[in-house]
Amino acid sequence: MSGLEQFKDRNVSQNYYKVQIEPYPKTGWEKFKRVLKRSIKLELFVGLKITLMEMLRFNIHTVQYPKEKLPIGPRYRAVHRLLRLLESGTERCIGCGLCEKICISNCIRIDTKVDEHGRKIPTEYTINFGRCIFCGYCAEVCPELAIVHGPDYENASEQRAHFALKEDMLTPLDKLKQQQEYPGFGAPTPVADQRIKKTPLAY
Amino acid sequence: MDAAFVIETIIKILIVLGLFSALAGFGTYIERKVLAFMQRRLGPMHVGPYGLLQVLADGIKLFTKEDFIPQGAVRPIFMIAPVITAATAFIAMAAIPMFPEFTVGGYTVKPIISDINVGLLFVLGVMATGLYGPLLAGMASQNKWSILGAARTAIQFLSYEVVTGLSVLAPVMIVGSLSLIDFNNYQAGGVSDWLVWKQPIAFILFLIAGFAETNRTPFDLLEHEAEVISGYATEYSGMRWGMFFIGEYANMFTLGFLASLIFLGGFNDLWFIPGAIAILMKVFFIFFFFLWTRASWPHVRPDQLMWLCWKVLMPLAVINVVITGIVMMF
Repeated sequence: MSGLEQFKDRNVSQNYYKVQIEPYPKTGWEKFKRVLKRSIKLELFVGLKITLMEMLRFNIHTVQYPKEKLPIGPRYRAVHRLLRLLESGTERCIGCGLCEKICISNCIRIDTKVDEHGRKIPTEYTINFGRCIFCGYCAEVCPELAIVHGPDYENASEQRAHFALKEDMLTPLDKLKQQQEYPGFGAPTPVADQRIKKTPLAY
Repeated sequence: MDAAFVIETIIKILIVLGLFSALAGFGTYIERKVLAFMQRRLGPMHVGPYGLLQVLADGIKLFTKEDFIPQGAVRPIFMIAPVITAATAFIAMAAIPMFPEFTVGGYTVKPIISDINVGLLFVLGVMATGLYGPLLAGMASQNKWSILGAARTAIQFLSYEVVTGLSVLAPVMIVGSLSLIDFNNYQAGGVSDWLVWKQPIAFILFLIAGFAETNRTPFDLLEHEAEVISGYATEYSGMRWGMFFIGEYANMFTLGFLASLIFLGGFNDLWFIPGAIAILMKVFFIFFFFLWTRASWPHVRPDQLMWLCWKVLMPLAVINVVITGIVMMF
């Protein structure tokens, strides 16, 4: 996936360069020499040349936003999503309530029940986006990768609550095929297996 | 004074008024596009093809916006100040020969509203009167930014008026006339006859002073947004603000015509190019140069502006006049 490398490049200082600043003129003669240098050597026209070359080169950097969009990082934290199991289509959420517990702005509210299979499922799952600070703790704590942050940053509604009812966030059953295995925030990183450390028995 | 002359003059006036009002609007579009391209942007793109109708959208916005007059402002002066700017900009065009004479149905048309023998003096004088627009606007606005803008108007326009006058004095001495048509006819012999070769310093001084007098970027201290919000125009909105804008753009075109007529050969035929197209090309190059510098150069400080005017440009202009006089004497 091209365009994503820029998100991983944290070494921003490599492109820094130092500007050479000449010492300021002190005497009148030095000031006069600087005026001569700036006017006779036509330093002003260097600036004109740069802008003209940019215009002729026509290397436009504008992103015409609604028509074209910049790629966003896979771990971008926008409005939440509730995922389903890919095979059966049942909801991943097991109603454990960890997200409700860990939420630092206290904006998640779950109602659960035990369904006919003896499984605990959420009947209601609501996030108050008036309070959510998109910290991502809920997605990180979720043991089932059920609540995640999606990439949809373009939301418009009369009320913030309109994005955050259960039916808004849950993957619809007919779009189950389009639900990808989730690489984003809350999912284990590709190298998670190597990083994992077994708990020592002495604990 | 026969009827045909009156009708012809009225038609010419209407054409100049309509054309240059429209050109002022279109000038904003060109300015935004050119600046955008030089800064690696696209500029207006959404209204119409390539954003061409952006001018129309801006016009509708300006016309329908509330015409707001602040409580503490001096109402009559506040209301009349933008009219002064726009009116003087258009009056100045009365004495400018835009194109060579042409014949329509056996009737010879002179594309100049009034061929007065002191044309150059008239144009410069009326353009200088335009300083009352920003000055009165800023003083009547009851706003500190506006009063600063007005003060800068007074120092900037008055100082650079001196440079403009002295710089065109040398070409006037050479041509021996103040009529812009005489200037044009003096340079009829092709590119080598252009006055810019005889008076290069006068040309550069005239351009620099022109930037200051049309309030364009290296010297747009009157409404330098980083320092004085919008200067004299801070309190203006809607079409009154728009009239300041039309005046500024009309002045840019006037200055383009003046520079082309005095220094760059006017509307004489250029090689194979007919005179009318030649002068249009010259005017649009100077207009483009205005935008080009706006994209390239930073503002100067007011003290640098004054320093440049009185310690560099004015002595240079005087020396230029003296040398021209000595050369003409021998």
